[in-house]
Amino acid sequence: MEKADWKQRWGGLFFVAPFLLLFVVFMLWPVISGFWNSFFNTSLAGVKHEFLGLQNWRDLFGDPAVWSSLKNTLVFTAMSTPPLVIVALVMALLANRKGLLGWLLRFSYFAPFVLPATVVTLIWVWIYQPGFGLVNGLLTAGGFAEIDWLNTDNRAMLAVVITTVWWTVGFNFLLYLAALQGIPEQVYEAARIDGANGLQQLFRITLPLLSRTTGLIAVLQLVASLKIFDQIYLMTNGGPNYATRPIIQYIYESGFTSYRIGYASAISYLFFAIIVIVAVAQFKLFSGRGESA
Amino acid sequence: MTALLESTSVSPTTRPARSGPVKPRWTFAGTATTVGAVILAIVWLVPLLWALDTSLKPEPETTRAPITWFPQSPTIGAYRSVIDQGDLIRWFLNSTIVSILVTALTLVVSVLAAYGFSRTTFPGRRVLFGIIIAGILVPPQVLIVPLFQEMTRLGLVDTYFGIVLPQVVAPVMVFVLKKFFDGISRDYEDAARVDGASRWRIVWSVMVPMSRPILVAVGIFTFIGAWNNFLWPFIVTTDPSMMTIPVGLANVQGSYGLRYAQIMASAVLGGLPLLIVYALFQRNVVRGVGDAGIKG
Repeated sequence: MEKADWKQRWGGLFFVAPFLLLFVVFMLWPVISGFWNSFFNTSLAGVKHEFLGLQNWRDLFGDPAVWSSLKNTLVFTAMSTPPLVIVALVMALLANRKGLLGWLLRFSYFAPFVLPATVVTLIWVWIYQPGFGLVNGLLTAGGFAEIDWLNTDNRAMLAVVITTVWWTVGFNFLLYLAALQGIPEQVYEAARIDGANGLQQLFRITLPLLSRTTGLIAVLQLVASLKIFDQIYLMTNGGPNYATRPIIQYIYESGFTSYRIGYASAISYLFFAIIVIVAVAQFKLFSGRGESA
Repeated sequence: MTALLESTSVSPTTRPARSGPVKPRWTFAGTATTVGAVILAIVWLVPLLWALDTSLKPEPETTRAPITWFPQSPTIGAYRSVIDQGDLIRWFLNSTIVSILVTALTLVVSVLAAYGFSRTTFPGRRVLFGIIIAGILVPPQVLIVPLFQEMTRLGLVDTYFGIVLPQVVAPVMVFVLKKFFDGISRDYEDAARVDGASRWRIVWSVMVPMSRPILVAVGIFTFIGAWNNFLWPFIVTTDPSMMTIPVGLANVQGSYGLRYAQIMASAVLGGLPLLIVYALFQRNVVRGVGDAGIKG
């Protein structure tokens, strides 16, 4: 009887236990120990050498590399988010059709998303090559001057943004497509009976009904763009002259190249705080709009 | 013959008029959208075709200006040398093992946890769920340094478990699956319970079959994510024989020098398996995303 009671009360915990164990060991603990690290001068093996108090945090605010890499991250986010939302919406509107053509369109738009970052960057570094790359080949064929995309300060970030839009827009496209397919056909029928043409249906029905989805996609995309690292590291290694180095690359370099673990941890937490602020602010904004709609 | 008859009987001309959407007549706007859609699709495919195209050229032709669209004398020589000289097959194997392990473990632990949070009660359940959901906000990149220290101490650097286990912790999967389970009527479970099924039994014989489309979608996204993950495997592997495809390819880029046909051949080989998996499961991916209620 007592045993049954215990099972009744705590039995559910067993279902949660495997996930919980992994969560504690590989997420909660690193989150806490990383924060703890940020007050020490620590080695990569985890040996704490000396307690520094707030020294790492003070260094961080006086380190121009932190602010320039943060600025690069924000510039990338500002440049990449609008096209990643708008192109995705256009694609979803175009591909929301049945039959073989619909299948082919959906395949083409989403295909790059399934590729690893390395494959994507190998292809695009090749495409941006001066002399025999595809982009410059087309430019010279059209009578324009060549551009050394990846080695010119103000072009390198644009090149990374173009590559990123091509690579990742498929995910947002899929979210929009799912939302579009969730709009009941009767709504359009009613509009047609009232004499609404295609454009009116698009602007009066489809886009307003997608506004919640747009809010959600914008939040997800902002947070995803702030996490930029892989494609920049592989395409430009943060160059030229650190013009594209994002904050995560600086965290990586501080920790794994300069072995300043405590310092890397402090920057990690600055970055974490920014992500949380952006996500919470966006969520507030977007859920508020959702309620009024 | 019967098939033929059936197919004619449902042809548009003989099908009785339904109340569904009317097939639109030819319109200029409709044609323009179709043309635009196809052009956009071609633009999106060109980089992939260009990579394939380059990989089939003999090396000298790849750096010739002006560029040639089609290989003058196509060859698979680049593929042969990439496979002969490198660890590509080994990385393929590693990526496959890692991705399957990540996907299987993620599905098992997330389904169990989602069931636990959706259908059982225990003290502290809500607080615990809140903490786990807060984990969605933690960028994995913030964890690389402390995780690496932990792996060093656990002796898991350069092991499959070192690569796999941190990737299994996916609070967003628990959240999505719990939401889906919440929507499944309790009647099915009650019926199973009357038949004497245990709760474990109910998970596998009631909840899992009823959520198959979303599990397939979650599984595919997990698999793609695991196959493509770069930063963590890059940090936790130092031995080339333990690297996954993305990490290995990043390393090998330098060693090919400027042999672009070989670089593109390795890119094609690294990307092809996922394109095939996606082509096969496309329908499930689109439907699963809709089911997940991510559409808001």
